[in-house]
Order: sequence, then C-alpha cells, then structure tokens
Amino acid sequence: MVSIDVWNASVDFPIFDAKTRSLKKQVLGKVGGKIGTETRVPIVEALHDITLSLREGDRVALVGHNGAGKSTLLRLLAGIYEPTRGAAKINGKIAPVFDLAVGMDQEISGLENIMIRGLFLGMPRKEMEKRVDDIAEFSELGDYLQMPLRTYSTGMRVRLALGIVTSIDPEILILDEGIGAVDAAFMAKARERLVDLVKRSGMLVFASHSDDLLFELCNTAIWMDEGHMKMQGTLREVLTAYKGRDPFEHMSAETLKRIGESV
Amino acid sequence: MQAATATERLTTLEPPPESSSKTFTRAFQDIVGGLRARELWGHLGWQDIKQRYRRSVIGPLWISISMGVTALGLGILYAVLFGNDLKTFLPYVTTGFLVWGFINGCITEGMDAFISNEGLIKHLPAPLTVYALRTVWRQTLMFLHNLVVYLIIIGIFFKWLAADNYTLTGKPCGTTGAGVCHPGLSAMWLTAIPAFLLLAVTGVWVTLLLGIISTRFRDIPQVINSLIQLFFYMTPIVWSPDVLFANPGHEWAHVLFQFNPLYHYVQIMRAPMIGQVASMTSWLAVIAMTVVGSALAVVAMRNYRSRVSYWV
Repeated sequence: MVSIDVWNASVDFPIFDAKTRSLKKQVLGKVGGKIGTETRVPIVEALHDITLSLREGDRVALVGHNGAGKSTLLRLLAGIYEPTRGAAKINGKIAPVFDLAVGMDQEISGLENIMIRGLFLGMPRKEMEKRVDDIAEFSELGDYLQMPLRTYSTGMRVRLALGIVTSIDPEILILDEGIGAVDAAFMAKARERLVDLVKRSGMLVFASHSDDLLFELCNTAIWMDEGHMKMQGTLREVLTAYKGRDPFEHMSAETLKRIGESV
Repeated sequence: MQAATATERLTTLEPPPESSSKTFTRAFQDIVGGLRARELWGHLGWQDIKQRYRRSVIGPLWISISMGVTALGLGILYAVLFGNDLKTFLPYVTTGFLVWGFINGCITEGMDAFISNEGLIKHLPAPLTVYALRTVWRQTLMFLHNLVVYLIIIGIFFKWLAADNYTLTGKPCGTTGAGVCHPGLSAMWLTAIPAFLLLAVTGVWVTLLLGIISTRFRDIPQVINSLIQLFFYMTPIVWSPDVLFANPGHEWAHVLFQFNPLYHYVQIMRAPMIGQVASMTSWLAVIAMTVVGSALAVVAMRNYRSRVSYWV
C-alpha cells in the first residue's frame, strides 16, 4: 500500500555560516528580552506544522510563492529530510526529480547517468540495461546519450530525467518545478506516461508555477505559504483562492474534459 | 471529491508514531541497506576512478606510476640516509607506502565523503552508508592498482626477502647494529588478507564517523589534513624503528610506538607482505580499535544520521 503520512512535521535548517547575533542585537535583545533566537546557531524554519495524508492515486499540486517551502516539502515527502519535530511515514518506492543541474554528474554521459540514477532508485543493473532503449526512445535523445551531460540543454536534461523516472515504475513520483523546460509536444507525451503511471499504482506530487502543467497532471492541490499549509483542496478551489480568480473559466470545453474537470 | 477524502483522512489519521529518526533500528537499516546496494557503490567507485583519469592516455595506470616513482625515490633516499640495505629496505618502503596510501585515502577522503556528495544527498533518498562504501571501494581500487608496484618490487627482491633471518641493515643477523632479524617471506603472507579486511572495516567506520563530524564542523577536515602529514613521519614508513633503535639503550623507543594507532594498522598489513612478523599486540590493538570504532560509528549514525542532509 502506497502512502505518505505526515504528522505535525517541522523542518528547521541550522544556518552555520550566517553571522551570529551582532553586539548591537545582543544588547537590544537583552533590553527587549525577545529579539534573537534561543539557540546559538540561527535557524530557518522552512516548514512548520505540516500534517497531511496521501494515498494511492493522489495527484497533488504544490503551489505557492518562491520560498514558500514547496521544494522543502517535496524533500520531506521524498524522505531526504526527516522532520526535526513531528513524524513522517513513507511507504512506497520513491522517484524524485529535483534541480536538474545538481542531481546528475555533468562530466559523464547520459547513458552513465541513466545507470547511476536507476541504481540509486533501487533498480538492479541488469534491469536498467534493459530499459536504456526505452528511455532513449522516449526521451528522443538517440546518439546524444553518448555525450557528456554538460553538453545537454535544460530541456534535454528534463527529457532524460523524466525518461528515467517513468521507466522504472516508481510508486511515488516527486517532481519539482523545472520540468516545464520541455516543448509542448514532449510534454503531451510525458503527461500520458505520468498519468498512466499514477493510475497503475502511484502517487504524484508536483510543484510548479505553471497552471497549464498543473492542470495536465494534478487533481488536488496544496497551497504553501511561509512554510505552512495554507489551504488544501481540489486544484480548482486552491488555484482560485491562490490566484484570486478561477483559472478554469477561460478554458475550452474540450480542455476541461481532457483534464477531467467540469465547467 | 478528492479533497474531501483527503480531509477525512486527516481526521481519521491514526495518532502520530514516535519519531524513529534517532533509533538504532534506523541506523542499522541504513548500514544494511547501504551494504545491499553493492551494485550502486561498486559502480560509483569505479566511476570515480575512471572520472579522475578521463581523457588521459594511460588512465588509471597513473596511480601505479606515481606510487612507484614516490616509493622508489624516497626508498633510495632514506636507504642512503640511514645506511640501510636497498635490497630489503626498498620493498619495506614500497609496501609501507602501499598501506599508508590506503589509510591516508580512507581518512582524508572519508571525512569529505558526505560533503563531496552534497548534491546526491540532497537530491536522492539513499542510505548514507552508500557514500562511505563508495569512498572505501574507491580506495580499495586504488590499492589494487598500487599492488602492481608491490608485485614488481617483490619479484625483483624476492631472493633477499625470502632469506631466513634477513635484516633491513644488510648486516648479518645477530651482529651489533644489525637490527631485528626477520623470518623471511612464507605462507604467513596470507595473514595480510584478514589484515586488509580489518583495514577496510576501519575505513568504513572512520568514513561514517569523521564524515558526520566533518559535515557539522567544517574545521575538522583542516585539522586532520594538517595532522595527517605529521602522522606520516611519526609512523615508521620511510624509516624503520628496528634499524634506528637497533643499538642497546634504545628499547624504550619501541614502547612509544604502541601509542600510535596508525602504526598497528600499518604493521599488521605490511609485516606479512615482506616476510616480517607483526606482534600480537598490534593485532589485538587493531581488533580492539575496529570494534570500538564501529560501535562509535553506529552511535553517531543513530544520533546524527538524519541531520546530515541538513548539514551538508
């Protein structure tokens, strides 16, 4: 059973290289009694009191301003950050796609990156070798897979990353913004595969600023604001509250039908 | 309708479990999970070696060559300085270098294991132990490349190393100033294999423990880097105590080595490889350090494993 449960989780980052309180602040702090943090190391409260429960078939959109905690929440859901307070329980095979420039090795070829990523996501080497052709075909990269990754454009990296995560049958797919860098034709193709994947036995959590992409992939949504969950509901409700207008009203009937929303 | 079920779920959500982040269970899961991902760290370790010598014509052969040149140069220099017999002293220095290379690599690259894998740690969920094993496996591969130099040297000087009661000074055994007499190469060579296993296990715990500490306190790598050079000269690698303190009245000097942990590690590995005998003290010291160190690493993993991704 694929599930993610999070109970009152907080994520606090210690910032070791930030300047510790200045003398002025210390003095003021003493006078005022409240300024400054309790601890010696300054802390950034990236997520605060998150409680949520996701089950099979959920396709969740994360919306919110820059720095609202979307990526941190994704990392919490992927099990990369364990909550500093509260608890999180994740069941299922996770495949995350975060910042595409950092997660992969620039100097080695696309093929090598496919192998390493696959192994990281728990696939045996032999299984991965079988999937290489499928990934090459889906990503339309062909011979380019022999080239070192630094020669790839952003869009090509997204193609590669999506090709890998969709080929290994993950149960929980976690996508950060940035996958929007591909062209429309490819996005349509990817959408099919992603939706299909979620239908089979999965769950998708996707952070993005692009309404179009969110419509294509998600049905429910979470609005993050300053590390809190400000709102949770259907994608339409949340986007309407977040944007202050119904994003669906200018859409044609066919589009609405395709993404499974009624007018 | 999806949202309704989601909110319902929240209300029916079972009470929160105790956070399991700081338990021995999770620490062991991490270690076992890491060991199981053999293909992953095996691949990453190879990749590191290939990467380092990418676009170079002879590739990883450079590892062997640079090791050979250093061992040859320093071996000759110190043999002349201390008046030793090159035929037995050069293999001694070469083998010492070989072992030291592994230890040095495990410490200096081990403490950076998590820092240098920052990108992967922050982007992919995987046991931390994978990065420790990647580091130690890479060092093992380097060690195997260096073993070529050892085999060549042993091949050349086999006659003198296999002789009964050979000395590093070249003087006949038993004469004044000849130093310790060694039994010569024999089947005891095989004890180098368990010795290497102990070294490798130590490499893993050192990487986990120092890796965690260095990730939190970034001054520690600098401290270790400056001390490791000192340790290189303090540990008998380019010089030998049984030659330096061969004259009567210097017995106390031998006691001093017992306090250098690295001496014991070098000794249990090097001695059988060149037909010498490692003392029981060295073996026991190494076994004790391996056990205690592993326990420390497990405790560190229990308490700080979940913090590493916050600290890198």
